[in-house]
Amino acid sequence: MPQHPTNSAAAGVAAPPATSPVQLSINGQQHTLHIAPWTTLLDALREYLHLTGTKKGCDHGQCGACTVLVDGKRINSCLSLAVMHEGDEITTIEGLGTPENLHPLQQAFVDHDAFQCGYCTPGQICSAQGLINEGHAHTEAEIRELMSGNVCRCGAYVGILNAVKEVVDKGIKN
Amino acid sequence: MSTTNYIGKPTSRVDGPAKVTGTATYAAEYSVANMAYGYVVSSPIAKGKITKIHAEEVLALPGVVQVFSHENVPSLAWFDRSYKDDVAPGGSPFRALHDADIKFSQQPVALIVAETFELARYAASVLRVEYQQEDHETSLETQRAKGYEPGAGKTGFQPPPAPRGNPDKAWEEAPHRMEAEYVHGAQHHNPMELFSTTVEWRGEGKITAYDKTQGVMNVQQYLTKIFGLKKDDCRVVNEYMGGGFGSGLRPQYSAYLAVLAALELKRSVRLTLTREQMFSFGHRPHTLQYLKLAANADGTLAALQHHALHETSQFEDYTENVVNWSGMLYQCENVKLGYQIAKLDMYTPLDMRAPGAASGSIGLEIAMDEMAYAAGLDPLEFRLRNYAERDQNVDKPFSSKKLRECYHQGAAKFGWDKRTQAPGSMRNADGKLVGWGVGGGVWDATQQKAAAKASITADGKLTVSSATGENGTGTYTIMSQIAAETLGLPIEAVTFKLGDTDLPESPLQGGSWTAASVGSAVQSTCEALAEKIFKLARKMDDSPLRDAKFEDVEFASGQLRLRADHSQAVVLRDVLQASGEAKLEADSSVMPNMVKQNGYSLHSHNVVFAEVTVDEDLGTVHVTRVVNAIAAGRILNLKTARSQVLGSVVWGLGMALMEETVMDHKFGRYMNHNFAEYHVPVNADIHDIDVLFVEEEDDIVNPLGVKGIGEVGMLGVAAAVANAVFHATGKRVRDLPVMIDKLL
Repeated sequence: MPQHPTNSAAAGVAAPPATSPVQLSINGQQHTLHIAPWTTLLDALREYLHLTGTKKGCDHGQCGACTVLVDGKRINSCLSLAVMHEGDEITTIEGLGTPENLHPLQQAFVDHDAFQCGYCTPGQICSAQGLINEGHAHTEAEIRELMSGNVCRCGAYVGILNAVKEVVDKGIKN
Repeated sequence: MSTTNYIGKPTSRVDGPAKVTGTATYAAEYSVANMAYGYVVSSPIAKGKITKIHAEEVLALPGVVQVFSHENVPSLAWFDRSYKDDVAPGGSPFRALHDADIKFSQQPVALIVAETFELARYAASVLRVEYQQEDHETSLETQRAKGYEPGAGKTGFQPPPAPRGNPDKAWEEAPHRMEAEYVHGAQHHNPMELFSTTVEWRGEGKITAYDKTQGVMNVQQYLTKIFGLKKDDCRVVNEYMGGGFGSGLRPQYSAYLAVLAALELKRSVRLTLTREQMFSFGHRPHTLQYLKLAANADGTLAALQHHALHETSQFEDYTENVVNWSGMLYQCENVKLGYQIAKLDMYTPLDMRAPGAASGSIGLEIAMDEMAYAAGLDPLEFRLRNYAERDQNVDKPFSSKKLRECYHQGAAKFGWDKRTQAPGSMRNADGKLVGWGVGGGVWDATQQKAAAKASITADGKLTVSSATGENGTGTYTIMSQIAAETLGLPIEAVTFKLGDTDLPESPLQGGSWTAASVGSAVQSTCEALAEKIFKLARKMDDSPLRDAKFEDVEFASGQLRLRADHSQAVVLRDVLQASGEAKLEADSSVMPNMVKQNGYSLHSHNVVFAEVTVDEDLGTVHVTRVVNAIAAGRILNLKTARSQVLGSVVWGLGMALMEETVMDHKFGRYMNHNFAEYHVPVNADIHDIDVLFVEEEDDIVNPLGVKGIGEVGMLGVAAAVANAVFHATGKRVRDLPVMIDKLL
């Protein structure tokens, strides 16, 4: 029977990289983090800044749960390193609204029951804001297509479409 | 005064603002001091032994705290019974890091604990583990002859009923016959939230585990038995769960490993699995079904046989009710049902949304379509001619059954009467083939024992609690509705607490029984509190209710008033303030009323109509329209209930068209263990979905008259789509999912 090692690397494991200070501007606030350069933006938000509204669903850019806005543009924060975003303005779900003062998209998601478990929801809402900023989704078919990078396993797509459509139709920018 | 009638109304989720703002806290999001991070190393082989773990190489890295493996895990509980949870099947539960044996691919073989997540992940990626590989068997096809009938080891599992009539003879003699095999592959739950546990070390051996689970009580009893902890020292909390669908019914190895590390290191630990590892702890099993139906000249069923075989692990007998439904959904005097499982070198399958019934309804409902065509009948008409007035499996009447109304109302909404029977006979304006199909199902309406506690303060604020869960089903909302309506309070005055082992005991959140079980407990508890408030109200100076009996009064609009004369009222807050009590409390535990239920079969039903368009050149299928009509008793919240059914339809479409975890038998390993290759429906896949709740009153099933809607809505969806594909193309696909290559 064959021996089956998982890693062919010889003994002696390379040391991990050192940490260094990284400046991030998130929701209008400046933060200085001491992190290793391989820290993703997603983990920087969740594990170092305790901004846990941004969710980890796959860590591979396949589900959209970690969507945040960087200078108004939607990105998967799991596919981006925090250190790459010095000088950028990052907006997370916490920067859009609060339970007492909901953003129009957040209110529309509640009104249309556009979620069940709520785990993909911050990513859906950030993605919808990004879509509105892009300015080229107007029809239902376009919204469906351009919101398809955000997986919802509860299957709340009908509500998500209606919520996003309502805000798009009202012409609310942000 | 605003109305305080909430039950049945489309109330928005009370936890909605928390969820849309990212302030709802999931298991991996509790902030605890001095926390270390865990990362699991998984086996690349499916069977064999670990021969060496080079832990010292990663322990040399600064910041790596410990490497746990079978070599250094302390001596824990010995007997299998300590590892059995509330819904464990028969056999020996898997114990992570217990010994050198590898039983399945992706088995956890080590746990790295480090100061940061990044470091733990890195250490896991470079840890060298050596294995002695052995031959594995992961193909169900090769094990057909080794299927066996399992024992009744698992809660809720019912072996198929004994045969009735003479199905073989009836089949031979009938004018119309069909027989076929139906197959679907393994499917994984894939909730969006990764399995995760944050264990807070509270000192002196005490922990709080914030764990992703559908049952905090189940996890607590599991952990206390294994680690020898007192219940008070092992609190388990889950306030929000990012999707369950059955994946959180059993305590997962992530919880076990995180607690192990915290207790050994006397330190708080967080462990989150990867998406790949989400394919390592249970799935809807790959299932083979054989159906053999016959029909008489008048379109009545002459004979029905349904046999199923699915996979299980080498160490547990996973069971689910696949075929039993076929003995009760349609009237038939000659029935034989069979059920077997076969052992493979994989992890034990796990209940996944509508376990058993979702699989069984694929076989039965495609076979019914085939039978209808063989008998020259419209598939809906064929179902109507075989309507079951009684549950023939147990020879009892249904407590309620409005499936006929579902058929009629659903068909009317869909426009079924415009269907032409011949395959390939309908096209849309673009010239694409159009197909219309029907399917449906039946699901248990179950109630479990549950307890709740209620407390009202002098300012009129009500807090109700029970250790149930919220995984998107709307538990916070419907329990708040029931409490608010029972005590006539605005819903804003009600707080419902759940997901904490410090709260009154509640069953696992599964089986579509939470509304019935916890809802009944909440109602009963609030009624007990109402009686206490009433007694105080009678004692008030000049009380207009002085001579009233409890039956004479009602709670509405923040008042306690005479039913016969609403002007004779006292304000609830005034009663509490006059009493001088800071708060009033009540608790209650509710069991199903077996005496009342015993003479009946308790079930919910549905029917699904689906429209597909098929591109003949490309073989692509789009589901353009679905109508799902459901009879599930009383609907507590039209808004959240509708969402549950919309989600069920999305699940059914996934099952029909894309979901399949594909095993590479050479490696005994799932190949597509990620969201890029395990396809679930996305927004662009979903078009018009209509949900109809057919009115169904039932005072037998439970005091609230609810049957649950988390699972029944999924039944028949996949079959309806497959039947629609046949209607569009004339191609009968019996191997789901229906992918392009099967249509070209």
